Amino acid sequence: MTIVDPKTERPDQAELDKAAGRPEDADQWTAKIRTTAIDALPPQKLLPDRQPAYVASWIYVFGVVTIAALLVVIGTGCILAIFGPNWWHVSSTGLFVNSLHLWSVETFMFAMVVHLWGKFFMAAWRGKRKATWITGVVSFLVSVGAAFTGYLSQQNFDSQWISTQAKDGINSTGAGAVFNVTNFGQMIMWHIVLLPLCIVAIVAVHVLMVRLRGVVTPFPAKGETPGADVAATAADGAEVPA
Amino acid sequence: MSPAASAKKVRTFKVDRDAVTWRGRYEPYDLAKEFLIALVVVCILVAGLAVVFGSPDDAPVTIKSWSNANTVDFAQTAMTELDGTSGTGSYGPPYNLNGTAQSVGPLAPAKWLGVHHPIDTAQDYVLGPLATLPDDPQVQGAIHEYTSASSGQQAAWDAAYEKAVANATFADGKLVVPAGDYGPVGALIAAETSMARSGALDGALLSSRQFYGTDYTKPLLFIADGQYLATLADNQHLSGDQWGMMNETGQYPGQAWLWLYTLWYQVPPMNNSPNGDLQVFVIMIVLTALLALVPFIPGLRSIPRWTRIYRVIWRNHYREVEAPRMATPGSPPEQSGSPPPVVDDGTRTPVPV
Amino acid sequence: MQSVVLVVGTIFGSLIDLNKPGNYVHWGFIQLSYGNLTVIVLMVVVFLAAILIPYRSHKGGER
Repeated sequence: MTIVDPKTERPDQAELDKAAGRPEDADQWTAKIRTTAIDALPPQKLLPDRQPAYVASWIYVFGVVTIAALLVVIGTGCILAIFGPNWWHVSSTGLFVNSLHLWSVETFMFAMVVHLWGKFFMAAWRGKRKATWITGVVSFLVSVGAAFTGYLSQQNFDSQWISTQAKDGINSTGAGAVFNVTNFGQMIMWHIVLLPLCIVAIVAVHVLMVRLRGVVTPFPAKGETPGADVAATAADGAEVPA
Repeated sequence: MSPAASAKKVRTFKVDRDAVTWRGRYEPYDLAKEFLIALVVVCILVAGLAVVFGSPDDAPVTIKSWSNANTVDFAQTAMTELDGTSGTGSYGPPYNLNGTAQSVGPLAPAKWLGVHHPIDTAQDYVLGPLATLPDDPQVQGAIHEYTSASSGQQAAWDAAYEKAVANATFADGKLVVPAGDYGPVGALIAAETSMARSGALDGALLSSRQFYGTDYTKPLLFIADGQYLATLADNQHLSGDQWGMMNETGQYPGQAWLWLYTLWYQVPPMNNSPNGDLQVFVIMIVLTALLALVPFIPGLRSIPRWTRIYRVIWRNHYREVEAPRMATPGSPPEQSGSPPPVVDDGTRTPVPV
Repeated sequence: MQSVVLVVGTIFGSLIDLNKPGNYVHWGFIQLSYGNLTVIVLMVVVFLAAILIPYRSHKGGER
C-alpha cells in the first residue's frame, strides 16, 4: 500500500497521508484504535533500543529466557501434535521430542520462578505497575494448569495416577462437574488449545505492560527523598510551583 | 477547566507503592539480539537435557494387567463395586448421590453442582459388562437371579460374599472363596474376574456408549478403587502422604512448583479430614490471592525493601548516585548532568518535585 | 551402519537412565526427591548468581 520514496527509501509520506490520519476520519473506530495504540506505545516505546542505565544485571534476562522456553515448549508441542498423542509411545524419535517438551517445560517453570523472585525483590509493582505484577502471577497460575493438563495427557501410568488422585481435589471444589480430569479427550484439548491460547494472550499483555510503563526504577537512594517534597502540596492538591 | 481542577493530584510518595521517574542515563540494549541469544541458549540446554536424561513413560495399568497381577485384589474390588461400597460407589457428586460432598463451613460446592458424570457401579462395572457376554447362559442366569431378588436379599448375599472374599485365593486359574450362601454373587464375581483377565472388561468399559471413546473415567475409577494402582504409586513415592504430588516416576524431577499445595496435605487437620481437599483448596485460594495482591498489601509489599536484596541488584546505580552526595553532604543529587528524580504518578507528564 | 543406529538410538533414548527407584530426603515432615531437591537448589544458586555476577554491557553500540 505504501509507496517507497526512492530518494529516502522510506515510506512516502504523501501516500501515508492519503491512507490514514485525516481529521474528518478521526471518529472512526479504526482511527481511534490506531491513535490510542500509537499514543500508548509509539514504535520507539514498543521496541526501544536503549534501557535505563540501572538495567544492568543478569536477573533481567530471566523474563526473556522464560519466553524463549515457552516458544520451545510450543514448538515441541506442535511436533508432538503433528504425529498425534500415540507417537511418542511407539517411536524413539517421538520419545526424544517428548523429552524436549518435558525439559523445555522444566526450563520454562525454572526461569519463571527465578524471574518471579527477581521481580519480587525489586518490588517491580511500584509506580503503577500493579497490573504487570498481577498478569505475571496469573500467567504463573495458568502455566501450572497447562502443565497439569499436560501430565494428564500422557496416556501412561503417571497420568492414570495423577488423574485419579487430582479428581478428589477438583471434585471437592465443584469444578469436577465440568473439568473431568479422567476424560483424556477433554484434558488434551484444554492442554493444546485453550490453555496455550490463554498463556500467550496473558504473556503478550504482560510484556506490553512492561513496555508501557518501562522497567521499574530502583528504590530511592540514600539521601534521595522524593516523598518529602511531594508531601508539601496545597491542601486542594494543586500543582507545586516549579 | 480551572487551573486548580486541571492540576494533577499529587499524592504522598509511598516508597513501597510508588517509583521515581527515571531522568538519568540510558544505555544501548538490543532486545531482539537478547531474545535470539536466549532462544539459542534454551534450545541447546533443552536438547542437552533431553539427550542426557530422556523422559519417563511407565506403561499404564489395564484392568487386564491388574486382574492378572493381583486377581484377589481385583475380585475384592469388583465385589465392592457390586454392593456400592467402593470408593467410586460411595463417592457422592459428581458421580452419584451415595456419599457426602466435601464442605468447609457453609461452602459445599460439589453438592450444589450435583451429579454430572453418573456412575452406578453395580450396573456400570459388573452387571452391564457381564450382560454383554454372549452365549454364557450361566452368567445370564446369575444376572437374572440377582436383579430379580429383593434389595434385602441382594444385601444379604453381598455382605456374605464380601466377608468371604476377604480371604479369597487364586489357584489354577480359579478364584477360591470359602463356602457359603452367596446366591448368584459368587458366579457373578467369578465371571467378572474371567472377563477382566481376558481383557474384555477394558473394552466393555471404554466403549459402553460409543466406538470412539476418549473418556476413560469409568475404567480409571474402577482401577483406582483397587489397591494395585495405589501400591505401584506408593512404590514410586507418588502417594499423597509422601508429598507425591510433586514427584515423578523414577528419579526424574517432578513438579516442584506444587510444593506449597502438597505441603498442606501433610499437615493436620487437612491430612486426615474427610473435607481435606476442599480445606487445602481454600487455603491455596487465599495464599494465591495474597501473592497476586502483594502490591496492595502493606507489610507484605515492604519485604523487598526490608530484605535489601535490591541493593545488590542495583549496586552500580547506587554507587553512582550516592558517591558524589556522600562526598559532599547536603548537595543536591547530581551525576552525569542528570536532573533531580521526579515522582511517577502514572500520568504522561509527571509533577516535578 | 550398525554404529550409526547405535548412536542415534542412544541419543533418542537417553544417556543416563533415570527410570530407576528414586532417592528421597526426609527432613522432619518434609520429603523431597533428589530430582526435585536438585532443581530447587539450582534455582536458588542461579538466582544468587544472577544478582551477584557483574553484568557488563559494551558502551556505545555493539552488545
